[in-house]
Amino acid sequence: MFSYTFQWNQALNRLPQMLDGAWVTMQIAVLSMVLGVLFAIMLTGFRLSGNKILSGFATTWIEVARNTPALFQIYMAHFGVASFGLYFSPIASLLIGITFNNAGYLAENFRGALKAIPDTQTRAARSLGMTPIKAFGYVILPQMLRISFLPISNQMVWAVLMTSLGVTVGMNTDLYGVTQDLNALTFRTFELFALAAVIFYVIVKLINFGARLLAARLFRY
Amino acid sequence: MFDTSMTLSDVWFLAQGAWITILVTIISVFFGTILGIGFGVFRYQVGPWWGAPVTFFLDIFRSIPLLIQLVLVNAFLGIVLRLQISGFAVACGVLTFYTAAYCAEIVRGGIEAVPQTTRRAARSLGMTWFQDMRYIVAPLATRVALPSWIGLSLGVMKDSALVYVVQVTELLKSTQILITRLQEPLFLLIIGGLFYFIISFPIARLGGYLEKRWSND
Repeated sequence: MFSYTFQWNQALNRLPQMLDGAWVTMQIAVLSMVLGVLFAIMLTGFRLSGNKILSGFATTWIEVARNTPALFQIYMAHFGVASFGLYFSPIASLLIGITFNNAGYLAENFRGALKAIPDTQTRAARSLGMTPIKAFGYVILPQMLRISFLPISNQMVWAVLMTSLGVTVGMNTDLYGVTQDLNALTFRTFELFALAAVIFYVIVKLINFGARLLAARLFRY
Repeated sequence: MFDTSMTLSDVWFLAQGAWITILVTIISVFFGTILGIGFGVFRYQVGPWWGAPVTFFLDIFRSIPLLIQLVLVNAFLGIVLRLQISGFAVACGVLTFYTAAYCAEIVRGGIEAVPQTTRRAARSLGMTWFQDMRYIVAPLATRVALPSWIGLSLGVMKDSALVYVVQVTELLKSTQILITRLQEPLFLLIIGGLFYFIISFPIARLGGYLEKRWSND
């Protein structure tokens, strides 16, 4: 059918290396998500604080993160801030870029989730003598995270897919970077990237499955 | 930072990159939306069981990094099939299916938001399936789907930054080329980023406004 001979062995022989790459990809994605959620909570707090400077900062972050390409954000973390004499390694730039992006999108999701929580709850918490920060942390935050569980798991998938952009700043230990390097060695572009695609697909399915299991355990009432 | 050695021809070079970005986005969103509506209606119509192959096919585009999709399709067409296809065509093709995959979900959500009773009423009045779709479902579903669709189109514009991998010099790639030559990364990146921001921000705001306005009634 094709004049091209597929050599799947070439790719399958490199599977261990690619799985190592996949592990790095997962680590970056998880780390960027944990940091992203923390920063998003911070940004949400800033927006609620009523302080003009803080909420302006949060809005700027969120709008830049949501309205420019993720690739641009990673470039900015790697090449852009180098003008200020800040040099980040590829993995650090990638992590900063994805975390910045995650935090922006998640903060916007949190804002939507907050709308679903009645104002009266804050007032009730405050009249029980809680400080504003306590009321946010103990009453609002848990509900907010619960409502935005699905968007968070979607963002996790995005984070995994975004790690492939690290190659543009010289990252070569994640799944895409490893595949690219192997491609330079063997020229089996199609086979190698098809295998990488399968690995990515499996990772994403595992995340979706895990999220569903977690949701079933966390949210049974 | 602002005493740049950028010349007018460099600005023209960036503008060309921006034009490619816009062109790729418009082509992909246009055909992707048509395909996406087709897939979405089909999946809704035949039910989850018969729609499963389509669901699986579209799910692939949402579960694999766009970068890999582009490399893979490019390699398949170029190395395996030995076809001479321009990177631009590959980029548009892949992004079209990428758009269609997300659009199908949006369309399905829109159709499901139309109450069954409304549709039964339409059919009871003697409307055909097509008339029901055209005059009842389409206007109501559009209200639900349009804000998400706007978000999707902007997402495609931002993701089109990745088509550099199939040798298409879009905006971010042209910025990158200029950075290599002029060694002014911050200034050039801000120009590139600003371009995306200026297009994306007002349209995103419009989407948010429509969502708020249409969700109240």
